[in-house]
Amino acid sequence: MKRFVGFIKKEFYHIFRDRRSLFILFGMPVAQILLFGFAITNEINNVDIAVLDQAKDATSKEIINKIAASKHFSIIDIIEQESSIEAIFKKGKVKAVLQFDNNFGSNLIKYQQTTVQILIDATDPNMANTINNYITAILKNYQSDINDNVTLNYQIIPKSRMVYNAELKSVYMFVPGVMTVILMLVSAMMTSISITREKEQGTMEILLVSPLKPFQVIIGKVFPYIFLSVINALVIVLLSIFIFNVPVNGSFILLGFESVLFIITSLALGILISTISATQQTAMMISLMGLMLPTILLSGFIFPISSMPLPLQVISNIIPAKWFIIIVKGIMLKGVGIGFILKETLILVVMTMVFIGISVKKYKIRLE
Amino acid sequence: MKTQNVIQVEGLTKMFGDFTAVNAITFEVKKGEIFGFLGANGAGKTTAMKMLIGISSPTSGLAKVAGFDVYKETESIKKNIGYMSQKFALYDDLTVKENITFFGGIYGLSKKQINQKRSELVEELGLVDVTNSLVSSLPLGWKQKLAFSVSLIHNPKIVFLDEPTGGVDPITRRQFWEMIYNAAHKGTTIFVTTHYMDEAEYCDRVSIMVNGKIEALDTPKKLKEQYKTDSMNDVFLKLARG
Ligand SMILES: Nc1ncnc2c1ncn2[C@@H]1O[C@H](COP(=O)(O)OP(=O)(O)OP(=O)(O)O)[C@@H](O)[C@H]1O
Ligand SMILES: [Mg+2]
Repeated sequence: MKRFVGFIKKEFYHIFRDRRSLFILFGMPVAQILLFGFAITNEINNVDIAVLDQAKDATSKEIINKIAASKHFSIIDIIEQESSIEAIFKKGKVKAVLQFDNNFGSNLIKYQQTTVQILIDATDPNMANTINNYITAILKNYQSDINDNVTLNYQIIPKSRMVYNAELKSVYMFVPGVMTVILMLVSAMMTSISITREKEQGTMEILLVSPLKPFQVIIGKVFPYIFLSVINALVIVLLSIFIFNVPVNGSFILLGFESVLFIITSLALGILISTISATQQTAMMISLMGLMLPTILLSGFIFPISSMPLPLQVISNIIPAKWFIIIVKGIMLKGVGIGFILKETLILVVMTMVFIGISVKKYKIRLE
Repeated sequence: MKTQNVIQVEGLTKMFGDFTAVNAITFEVKKGEIFGFLGANGAGKTTAMKMLIGISSPTSGLAKVAGFDVYKETESIKKNIGYMSQKFALYDDLTVKENITFFGGIYGLSKKQINQKRSELVEELGLVDVTNSLVSSLPLGWKQKLAFSVSLIHNPKIVFLDEPTGGVDPITRRQFWEMIYNAAHKGTTIFVTTHYMDEAEYCDRVSIMVNGKIEALDTPKKLKEQYKTDSMNDVFLKLARG
């Protein structure tokens, strides 16, 4: 145990004294998040919207005026029929349509409760989300205004519907994707490089001549990366929650366990790569070409698997990242429990065991 | 006192595919001896040494190191030997102090033992001023001496040195051999390979390896008599030319 602690300490010296490792470990996740952060604007100004006012009553007029007065929106079109909504979206200028139906105002008086339809073009999902938040806020504001001096409690309920991209795909998809890529990068590439570095420098030989057993050497080398990867996963999840409002609907603990599982899968891959490469250069190339590229392209992170040609769809099944992305999406976005992601979890477990098995075998052969 | 063989090798062979890197070598090394293991580039010295230290398994033959079998008891061998590889192998990005602490640690020394060893060691090597400097900033000669001391940190019975003085200036080589003598004096057996024939003169006995085979083995004095010359260099040249 004492030996182990000393080993870990040394490993941390290596990591913290190497600019390249530091950058990949801490710069990468932040850079990725910032990149996405810049690409996606959270502030909106003068977004063009249209109004379909079938009620034409006092309340609807007041709301329309409020929205027109806001600097975030400009109403560029008033439409008369529901059937023109599609055409107006197709032109692409209008990003949202506000629809008040016939009994909008009368419902409010009769039942103290009424609804507004908000239709939003979700081809830019983040923008759609922001538009929705802003309109909802204006409605809330108005609602509290009219409730100010009365005993009754009027409610105006926004009913939002995203058109074209109902699941708001890219925003929410990118968080599980970035998390997967970063964990893969840190766990697989960094460990394979760090192990081959010892080979290249000749220190691996010294370690193998010491009373340490080969598996102890490997565990000592990968342990710090488990720790750092967990921290990275946590940072990514927290940034997504607080910067991108991505919900974590499921259990944090389950998400944690699944992340550790995927980290171990990646570490096993890293060890495997280190057994087949003699130099850091080779380890890096194999990690990038053999792991990162398929992870980014074939995991469903960027290109949806369902629209890939069949052979690629088949290949995607052997990419661990594909399964992890399904798991993270399930837990974060759909809030599912272990029961719904059992299959994916088991696939990762089996893959991990296979990778470890092959590494152990390769490692022995190398020592002959 | 009966002299005891700490290394006993018989017909040890290593093949890489069809190529025989080490060809049925037989020799023994006595306790406390400085044994010079000479040979030209590619003769098979490193390969033979790796079999003895338990990181490469022999193709055939027998060998015992510190009384343990190289096939079955490599774990016990590892506890009893020190090794300095041909390639300089301390951690460049760790300080002198951190390197000593790390290697002391993996050999299971206690904190107290490590601290004591460390102050002894930096004192002896004159590294007191640089204990907290990265090893990468030291001149090669200092690094080599440090690596040698580190290989002795757990007081091994036998230490294997693979070209410990490669690329080092004559004065530092001199000092290095003084350290080797000191260790041998304390009872450590030294198994050392070298290219420098003047160093061969410092050994108790030398073997000369040519193309995987041991062609000569005796004290430097007797070898020179046998080949009727007064330098080990001539002995070596005669053998190597065949
Ligand atoms: N893993 C290996 N696979 C194939 N051939 C090898 C391997 N290791 C060594 N050899 C070959 O075995 C021969 C002996 O190599 P070795 O390193 O033992 O020589 P050496 O005497 O230590 O030489 P040097 O003085 O250059 O260090 C060389 O021809 C080398 O190419
Ligand atoms: Mg050699």
